[in-house]
Amino acid sequence: MLKAYYYLLMRDLRLAFRSRHELANPLIFFVLVVTLFPLAVSPTTEALRTMAPGVIWVSALLAVLLSLDRLFKQDFEDGSLDQLMLSPNPLVVLVLAKVTAHWFLTGLPLVLIAPLLGLFMALPDESVEVLVYSLLLGTPVLSLIGAIGVSLTVAVNRGGVLLSLIVLPLYIPVLIFGANAVDVAMDGLPVRGQLFFLAAVLALALSLAPLATAVALRITASR
Amino acid sequence: MLEIRALECIRDDRLLFSDLNFSLSAGEVMQVEGPNGCGKTSLLRIVCGLRQPEEGEVLWQGESIRHNREDYYANMVYIGHLPCIKGDLTVLENVRALLDTRSLSIDAKTTEAALARVGLAGFEDVPGKALSSGQRRRILLAFVELAGAKLWILDEPLTALDVQGVALMESMILEHRAAGGSVMFTTHHGMQLDCDMRSIELSAYSHADWQERD
Repeated sequence: MLKAYYYLLMRDLRLAFRSRHELANPLIFFVLVVTLFPLAVSPTTEALRTMAPGVIWVSALLAVLLSLDRLFKQDFEDGSLDQLMLSPNPLVVLVLAKVTAHWFLTGLPLVLIAPLLGLFMALPDESVEVLVYSLLLGTPVLSLIGAIGVSLTVAVNRGGVLLSLIVLPLYIPVLIFGANAVDVAMDGLPVRGQLFFLAAVLALALSLAPLATAVALRITASR
Repeated sequence: MLEIRALECIRDDRLLFSDLNFSLSAGEVMQVEGPNGCGKTSLLRIVCGLRQPEEGEVLWQGESIRHNREDYYANMVYIGHLPCIKGDLTVLENVRALLDTRSLSIDAKTTEAALARVGLAGFEDVPGKALSSGQRRRILLAFVELAGAKLWILDEPLTALDVQGVALMESMILEHRAAGGSVMFTTHHGMQLDCDMRSIELSAYSHADWQERD
């Protein structure tokens, strides 16, 4: 079972590294949006600091949303998804492997580049640290919840709008607490509450989202 | 081994078949026949558990496949219309990826022998996107052979295969049957199987007259 998890994760990572241009898309989107804001709004430190948490978090969220399609689309189109569902291994484990791969390829790069963007937006050091923590806890939730949405819409032609409608409301709590943690850290206040909340949401998503995704995939397959 | 009970399938408000009963025991080969759109693919997808029937159930070793999925899937291999092949992976990696989802660790020698048998010797390191559609289907044949399942469910396995490919598929089915395995397949190409073969005409179960009266 663990082997199946590992092999599927490795297969997805290998596939992604063989088509690197796709790999860079969410990252480029994230960096571009965040760097455009100072140009469009105001480059003063004061203004940048006020909007930084929100801008960075919204961009990260949209970057993940745009990359969600990749999670099951290709497997659905070439029939590999059927084979995953016919595996003697629990589908939940395989789903978790796919979501892990997705996070490694989209969420993790965003987390790694975030300190640089924090610097662009003139965030003070201690809130950059909080920004990284909040993204580290928040982005896996985005991938996990996104997987439910994708598994429901993968069979729908141009299901992008539908996907956003399903997924965005569920993303809101993560966005609020993630951005708020960074905001609060700038004022020098304790951020433990927000980070603990994000950790709790992550635990919840980790335990429930793969189950929901597996069920949704079976529904999609019985089309 | 496999038992189908009172199966009914409705697709887009159209009754494809109903009250379909049959069973398949070890060493039996069965062809599902019928015109296009009569529900052959739907039937095979129901039998392998990908699709839920409106009525009835599929039993494996006397138990509903919904309750013993693990055992059933370890003993069943399905290939459908879609190639399941990743263009960015090599032939060898593609077979491995398919086998890995079944948690089968098969040594390199056996894998290469199976690839050689389906005529892909020397293509092991060629990426999937450089292959013809017939060659992609041949990867699936190697996968079916290596999967070591008792029950093969093959939906149009001869698509895109050349004459040698068809002959290969035929001999694979015969060998599988001789080893006590069962096969359920559909095809619109002539398959000359030199053995007892059952066939089921699916359109006979569509109950068209009943449908019209309703």
